[in-house]
Amino acid sequence: MTSMVVERAPEASIETKLGFVDCDIHPYMKAPGELDPFLSARWREHRRTIGSRGRQGLAYTAAYPRMSPANGMRLDGWPPGGGVPGSDLAFMREQLLDQFGVTGGIMLPLLGRASDERNVEFGVAMARAVNDWMAHCWSDPEPRLRGSIQVTAEDPAAAIAEIEHRAGDRRFAQVQLPPRGLEPLGRRRYWPIFEAAAANGFPVALHLGGSSGHASTGSGWPSFYHEEHPSYVQSMEALVTSLVIEGVFEHVPTLKVVLVEGGFAWLPALTWRLDKHWERLRAEVPHVKRPPSEYIHEHIWVTTQPIEEPERPQDLMHTFEWIGWDQVMFSTDYPHWDQDDPRFAIKVNLPADKKRMLFRDNARALYGFA
Amino acid sequence: MARHVVATLDEIAPGTCKIVTVAGREIGIFNVASQFYGLINRCPHGGAPLCRGRIHGRMEAAAPGQYRLTRPGEMLRCPWHGWEFDIRTGQSWCDPDNVRVRSYAVSVEPGETLAKGPFVADTVSVTVDQHYIVVDL
Amino acid sequence: MTSPAAGAIDCDVHAALPGTHVLLPYLDDYWREHVVMRGLDHDNLNTSNYPPGAPISGRPDWRPAKGDPGSDLGLLRKQALDGFGTRFAILNVIHGAQIMFSEDLSAALCRAINDWIAAEWLDRDPRLRASIVVPIHSPELAAQEIERKAEDRRFVQVLMLAMAEMPLGRRANWPIYRAAQRHDLPIGIHAGSAYRHPPTSIGWPSYLLEDYVAQSAGFATTLSSLVAEGVFVEFPSLRVVLLESGVTWLPAYLWRLNKTWRGIRAEVPWLDRAPADYIREHVRLTIQPFDQPPEQRQLERIIEQIGSDEMLLFSTDYPHWHFDGTDAIPDGMPAHLMRKLLVDNPLKTYSRLSKEPVR
Ligand code: FES
Repeated sequence: MTSMVVERAPEASIETKLGFVDCDIHPYMKAPGELDPFLSARWREHRRTIGSRGRQGLAYTAAYPRMSPANGMRLDGWPPGGGVPGSDLAFMREQLLDQFGVTGGIMLPLLGRASDERNVEFGVAMARAVNDWMAHCWSDPEPRLRGSIQVTAEDPAAAIAEIEHRAGDRRFAQVQLPPRGLEPLGRRRYWPIFEAAAANGFPVALHLGGSSGHASTGSGWPSFYHEEHPSYVQSMEALVTSLVIEGVFEHVPTLKVVLVEGGFAWLPALTWRLDKHWERLRAEVPHVKRPPSEYIHEHIWVTTQPIEEPERPQDLMHTFEWIGWDQVMFSTDYPHWDQDDPRFAIKVNLPADKKRMLFRDNARALYGFA
Repeated sequence: MARHVVATLDEIAPGTCKIVTVAGREIGIFNVASQFYGLINRCPHGGAPLCRGRIHGRMEAAAPGQYRLTRPGEMLRCPWHGWEFDIRTGQSWCDPDNVRVRSYAVSVEPGETLAKGPFVADTVSVTVDQHYIVVDL
Repeated sequence: MTSPAAGAIDCDVHAALPGTHVLLPYLDDYWREHVVMRGLDHDNLNTSNYPPGAPISGRPDWRPAKGDPGSDLGLLRKQALDGFGTRFAILNVIHGAQIMFSEDLSAALCRAINDWIAAEWLDRDPRLRASIVVPIHSPELAAQEIERKAEDRRFVQVLMLAMAEMPLGRRANWPIYRAAQRHDLPIGIHAGSAYRHPPTSIGWPSYLLEDYVAQSAGFATTLSSLVAEGVFVEFPSLRVVLLESGVTWLPAYLWRLNKTWRGIRAEVPWLDRAPADYIREHVRLTIQPFDQPPEQRQLERIIEQIGSDEMLLFSTDYPHWHFDGTDAIPDGMPAHLMRKLLVDNPLKTYSRLSKEPVR
């Protein structure tokens, strides 16, 4: 008898021969105890008794529950051998790495909540544990995967120590911070973290999420996930504004920032708006010496997912042009519900050279993949 | 056009789906209240294996806050981005006129009739005392 | 940039109070005593959104010799009305009255502002119209104020702020929309925050420039709220005007919102059309500031992407400083849109403008 579910055979497509670099992959744990080997006895005990505490009402569930189980996973992402989507390397190879011929993948773990942790010392321990876990359980067995260094934004000294601890380790590609922190990331208190990242050759990835404790809109808390999901775009806009206008790029001229999981089509209009009003109010921010658009073009990269789908698909080409083809990198966001399939996500025909930039070359250049 | 025998009637219980391969194509066969429908296992949006999505009712509201569930078991929600499709027609909820899943005619035939041929049965052996699910393709 | 033709309808002009003391004659005995007791008559309850001295709050040549920009009727007539050959201008007062924590104080001050603007501005120039100022955090009292002023047809809309205490779509706010729809008054949402929350989801920025840039994001989340909560389903003839929102952010925002809806519309099943459809039907935007791109070609694309020639409304945003001279129209605005945005769209949006005002 034919089985109830037949796996779809992988399709040959240009992406499989392209040497695709995926800039957003989420590894998960099979069981919460997976971090224990990387925690001291004290923090193992703390994890079991108190656990992580963020700045929101629900302890273990997203404040805006997703529309599919396990906090918004793709339904076909559950490994046959058990565990949540993203927790099984063999299955990740089958569904993502091998299927699309991924030559390099950047892992952004959304677990441990190191950076949102209200108990900062526990956050520091969790950051280190997640980093060790990523290196041992993922990058070692699968060298195509490289990690994003977790740090605690609220303890810059510990963050710097963690960055320095990982410096030169090829298993790590960048430093990861959540965009929604206690204060806008451009504020001076965070500058030492940016300095350390740049000094050690790491880009800084800002992956949406985090529970800052601030309302997710300037008008307070919305009612629906239908509002929360698009509001990540407005967080990204605030973030770009903060980094540029607070003067981060003047202060750390070698800093490279990657925006992850916020889409990108919003960036041109934000750039125009920033240039326009900077012109009018520049006396307030004399440290911003050049038009904001210049800093954005020099220092900021965007990843594509969740890719915008214009009403006229061709409009996406203009968006890429307006941002600059060299600033855009394809990402899948595997295994989330809103992930993008590299074979289908872009609904227009990209010229071959542009396709290479988006799927491979920009990321290779930024992360130094061979 | 050939008639493909893809399953016995009792293999696909009401409210479930079986994914079969017919002429190199994966097709989900759905049993909706003992009516059978066939949809291609590829989401027209972004290529997901659509028929592995969740089967549910139609969630509607005449006005904000007035929730109601109609047509239980007639909608299929894509396992990725959650677009909803009417299993009976293949039409999408979001853009029924322009976005639809390719659908296939499915019928139930007694083995006696099939025995008269012609039909294709790659994975099912046909006997006269059973009923079968048949896809025309 | 080019100048508008004469006869245009300016949908966003700011009149400012010279000081709260001008309201004393318009307050009842209780509230007059109260305001004086607390010394508020020596104050102007400016909001943090527009420090009067900031370059953006007043164009240098539009500043009166004395007092806040927009506080001098004579100057406003000469510059905003005569200067552009304006047929009608809609006055939007941005004032602390709208955002006081005490609902009752807020309502009392708003009542006084509405009576003051009717008597001292609208009565003095037939080209002037105004928005009804309401206590935005008190839906019940706001609805009462709409009922009280609606019969004066020189009031052509209800004024809210982009960033308030709770998202504007929330059901608690619906008494405001019910009253507005009943009286055929659009809801004007003006740039500005009540600062009940940081103006961004990532916390409090350091600079006014950041707050100002964040306004367009505030408008976006406010629109998301109005759509998702079903305000346009519940109030099918309600119109919403975004005032001083910026314009070019709109297309990418619509794409994203449509995408969200396709996947998770089951959470808000009352929406039976894509969000962009509701927005194109119900929402209008004033054109200053436009936040235009550097190239004309890009602006043309954005106009195409907006996908409706009915959405844009002419405004100068007087006395705020976005352009010089009378060059209020961004270069590259297609010719076929000009008459629509200068006259037809405003008349359609504000139906009260077409009828003889009855006081
Ligand atoms: S792939 Fe099915 S909804 Fe996107």
